[in-house]
Amino acid sequence: MLNAQNIKVQIGKKDILHGVSITAKPGEVTAIVGHNGSGKTTLMRALTGDVSYTGTVTLNGRDLQTLSPEDQAEIRGVLPQASALSFPFQVIEVVEIGLRQANGTGTTARHALAQVGLSGYENRLYQELSGGEQQRVHLARVMAQVSAPIVDDAPRWLFLDEPVSALDIAHQLQVMDLARSFARSGGGVLAIMHDLNLTAFYADHMVLLSKGDLLAKGTPAEVMQDDILSQAYGCQLSVGVAPPPGTPFLLPQMAGI
Amino acid sequence: MAVTADIPNNVKSRASFARQLHILLGLGLLVTCLFSLTTGPTGVSLLEVLPKLLSRTPLSKLEQVVLFDIRLPRLALGIAIGAALAVSGAVMQGLFRNPLADPGIVGVSSGAGLGAILAIVLGGLLPASFLAIFGQYLVAVSAFLGGWLSTIILYKVATRSGRTSIATMLLAGIAMGALAGAVSGIMTYIATDDQLRDMTFWGMGSLAGANWTKVMAAFPIILACLGTSFCLGRGLNAIALGEATAGHIGIRVQRMKNIAILCVAGATGASVAVSGGIGFIGIVAPHLLRLMSGPDHRTLLINSALLGAILLILADTISRQIVAPAELPIGIITAVLGAPIFLWILLRQRSVVDL
Repeated sequence: MLNAQNIKVQIGKKDILHGVSITAKPGEVTAIVGHNGSGKTTLMRALTGDVSYTGTVTLNGRDLQTLSPEDQAEIRGVLPQASALSFPFQVIEVVEIGLRQANGTGTTARHALAQVGLSGYENRLYQELSGGEQQRVHLARVMAQVSAPIVDDAPRWLFLDEPVSALDIAHQLQVMDLARSFARSGGGVLAIMHDLNLTAFYADHMVLLSKGDLLAKGTPAEVMQDDILSQAYGCQLSVGVAPPPGTPFLLPQMAGI
Repeated sequence: MAVTADIPNNVKSRASFARQLHILLGLGLLVTCLFSLTTGPTGVSLLEVLPKLLSRTPLSKLEQVVLFDIRLPRLALGIAIGAALAVSGAVMQGLFRNPLADPGIVGVSSGAGLGAILAIVLGGLLPASFLAIFGQYLVAVSAFLGGWLSTIILYKVATRSGRTSIATMLLAGIAMGALAGAVSGIMTYIATDDQLRDMTFWGMGSLAGANWTKVMAAFPIILACLGTSFCLGRGLNAIALGEATAGHIGIRVQRMKNIAILCVAGATGASVAVSGGIGFIGIVAPHLLRLMSGPDHRTLLINSALLGAILLILADTISRQIVAPAELPIGIITAVLGAPIFLWILLRQRSVVDL
């Protein structure tokens, strides 16, 4: 369980988050959504210990402040929005950077690459890959880092910061499928999302932020309501229901109609 | 900053090749050492001396002095300094995430040189009782402090939220070099003749003054810095992904950066203190190795130490032979060989180095 209570973050003199409480359960994909500047990334950075915050964050029942960087790295992997990599590393070397102890045969890394559909890419140079392939290399890296969805009966976590924003639709589906199957195997997934339709399709739980506050949380069906979303994004939005299995979907509306 | 070092075509199983290189370069270093020991203007040859040593025949006075008091300390110093410069370069390149970072180019060596000059000229003002105990380490420690301070200034100026601008870094290096040069210039006015002679020697860079005292002064610092640097491999690999990601992998980034900067300053400072400014080893050795066996710092750092030692000893052997019986400062040899390689790196990377 990931439990964040009353998280406040101040950067410089600006209050970015004014006391946000969220929970995320293992076995589920939890999506954080909200307008640009709503505090999604800051919330994620608080949960990864990258910004100082007030409030409490517990991961698998342990206070984040008491976990060493090594312990945190073992429990959760963080996929950044974009990764610049200096020096021409091979794909398998990039994946092994995330491992505390690389084994000589590279089986862990090879297994992770197979999961993201990059078998055979081990000795390719990272810089020669397309943006979508690079993103999947990093997904393999964080999945290798946490090693499995459940280890010793405790869930491992993937924190994904806009994991699909740079990808075409096929790769968006592939990455989200991987995230969902990680969750279905007992791990926890927390993802910042921009695409609400994709969120509705993949998320089990949604957290909607607006101007540094929590506006709504619940299942996509509960959160994706015309009035809630229109208020959150400051524009006219209309939610429909797609054909079975009945996932909500979103259509933008012209103002005044 | 978008730096992509040269991309070799054949990248298969280079991790195991990098480990084989440990042995190959080790053997290469051994051969280079024997070659260097047997080369010199006096005509003393290892081939003649070795049988005598083995059969315990006493050596002639000339052989004794040339081998044990001149060539051997010089060789030892060459190995230590070559390794120190190459590893400092590799660590700095990893830390700055840039294949062009080098203590000589970005002003760390000039900072260390300034420290050395200040110690030479102003050291005499310290209490005699202090000098009696610490006198022989004063120049080395002062060079270390100079190198350390300039590395920290450089890092603060060139790095913003984990990203290092190569343009800012090089320009800051120029500024610090100019400042160090100016202060050194002021020192020449107040220096005595003896001190002036000592100072001139820094500018050139040479192993000519090698003796066992210098070896004993530089060796412990360099060994400690190299040993520590070899443990930074995983951290430097992680930093290649950016500082935030390195933290998410479980690296204590700030602590690792502090250790890396101390190692660079210590190794560079000790080298500069005993041999003056010797350039380009820190660029050339790691760069050639990255082309051969990839950028993985876990093997790169050790290979850099070995190749750096080989290159410096070869350069020193050339410097002793090329105008024999006189000798050319080794800094000239490394610059003549290293500067074109540096330009070649720039040329090959022009499209991907984002200044």
